[in-house]
Amino acid sequence: MHAVLTIAHLTLAEARRRRIVTAALLCAVAVLAVFTTAVFFAAREDARSVTFIERQALFMFLTLAGLYMANFLSVLFAVLLPVDSLSGEIESGVMQTVAVKPVRRADIVLGKWLGNGLIVAAYLTVLVTGVLLSVRSIAGFSPVNLTRALPLMLLEVTLLMTVSIAGGTRFSTVTNGIVGLGFYGIAFIGGWVEQVGALARFESVRNFGVAASLISPPDSMWRLAAYHLQPPLLRSAAQSPFASIGPVPTFLMVWWAVAFVVLTLLYAIRTFSKREL
Amino acid sequence: MTRTVIETQALRKQFGSTLAVSGLSLSVQEGEVFGFLGPNGAGKTTSVKMLLSLVEPTGGSARVLGAPVGDRASRARIGFLPEHFRFHDCLTARELLRFHGRLHGLRGYDLEARIDRLMDRVDLLDAADRPLRGYSKGMLQRAGLAQALINNPELVFLDEPTSGLDPLGRFLVRDIISELRANGTTVFLNSHLLGEVEATCNRVAFVKQGRIVRELSLTDSSSRLDVELVVTPLDRTVIDGLSQLGQDVESTPEGKIRLRVTSEAVIPDIVRWLVSRGRDVHAVHSRRKSLEEWFLDVMGDDQRPG
Repeated sequence: MHAVLTIAHLTLAEARRRRIVTAALLCAVAVLAVFTTAVFFAAREDARSVTFIERQALFMFLTLAGLYMANFLSVLFAVLLPVDSLSGEIESGVMQTVAVKPVRRADIVLGKWLGNGLIVAAYLTVLVTGVLLSVRSIAGFSPVNLTRALPLMLLEVTLLMTVSIAGGTRFSTVTNGIVGLGFYGIAFIGGWVEQVGALARFESVRNFGVAASLISPPDSMWRLAAYHLQPPLLRSAAQSPFASIGPVPTFLMVWWAVAFVVLTLLYAIRTFSKREL
Repeated sequence: MTRTVIETQALRKQFGSTLAVSGLSLSVQEGEVFGFLGPNGAGKTTSVKMLLSLVEPTGGSARVLGAPVGDRASRARIGFLPEHFRFHDCLTARELLRFHGRLHGLRGYDLEARIDRLMDRVDLLDAADRPLRGYSKGMLQRAGLAQALINNPELVFLDEPTSGLDPLGRFLVRDIISELRANGTTVFLNSHLLGEVEATCNRVAFVKQGRIVRELSLTDSSSRLDVELVVTPLDRTVIDGLSQLGQDVESTPEGKIRLRVTSEAVIPDIVRWLVSRGRDVHAVHSRRKSLEEWFLDVMGDDQRPG
């Protein structure tokens, strides 16, 4: 455990000085600035809005759009931040001096996983908090079930971060980045195929979408989170392209996503333990 | 009693169709500074990596510090400077050493004091709090050396430790190796710089195509003393007689005679014997064979610059 914390600490110390973190934070500030401005104008126009339901629907729509963007940025960050965490150090030879120390290879993987996981979780939390604070302070609006939705979003980015770490035990940095984003691409398209299949009542299409989500479950976590964020009345009143327009994944999918993280992490440990450096 | 620190038997590594190390059998004793010499591509770095469990051997066996290769408790007693030392370049040298020290389980005042001592020893104390990315190649190599010594190891693997160093840096590394030797630390040194190996090592092994082709003691001078004489008349009797006093006796077309002897003490015996046989001795030269000459002899003519 001691070695895991030392590696995690180093990962955090490195992140403070890495450009990717600065760039990601600048993107977050820019996105939040645009979002806050949009909410500000919407709130001003809202004075002329008519019904309470319309007002709630409008801000629910905007909040989901903001959270969708927060989720998307965090997904990219979760794939790209750790993309060279292991592969880069293997390629450069840095790993040689680390791996000869009296630490298990598993400790190195777990340390990297923990360090990167904390950074990615913090990034998502900052973005989500920024979105929620904007709508709350400007329009007095808050979505429901945040305590259910945020853990699901955290699970989604953890899953992608874990895949990126695992890829780094086997692939070069660039290949790993492509594989990580491709993995999310399967999840994204799988989610849409599942919903379109369900809406059109094409069972085979829907099943294919479900199968794609099982292969790559991250997007189903977002769809489940977005579902929980909307009050039941608004789910039907205000269909949003940023949330599920059809059926939502079952809770079993959450357990599958957790198992996916554990299995991927075990795979990463096994591969890295056998890897020649 | 001297303890065997490294022992390998028929250690072998194959990468695809390429045989990098073929049947490496060696033994390094406690307190030795052991030089591992060979041309580029001879399998030196792969051998070191196998001893450090960075690379899995294809065959054979090895024990380091009395335990099978890769044993975690043994690794706590080993230091390693890789051939191309790379680092987390956003860290300062002090942070780098702190990180590596913590991986060894070191903490607190002891670790900080050791870092200061090592930074001072490798002459980086004034630059210890600057990021490594601003260091020169030589400074990085010295920081890497400090990293290899952070745990006060019993056994240190140094793979080309003077690569990128200027002459002053090389002297510093040579001094540090001498200090390690004086403290009883075993050093396994991979180097192309034969002068450096000659100045620091007790014993060397020449590696060719992944196999040790010769081992040589550098502390035992007997194996390396060549004697050249100018004697008249030079005939078969002289050559046969000198064969009793030395090895590899040969006469040159210029009328000189060469032989290898076990020590300087044999030279007066040679002269006395020649005079007693009525020969005139015009000149006697003795010379130790340099490691460079050994290297060229052992490697043969089939080697090309790497």
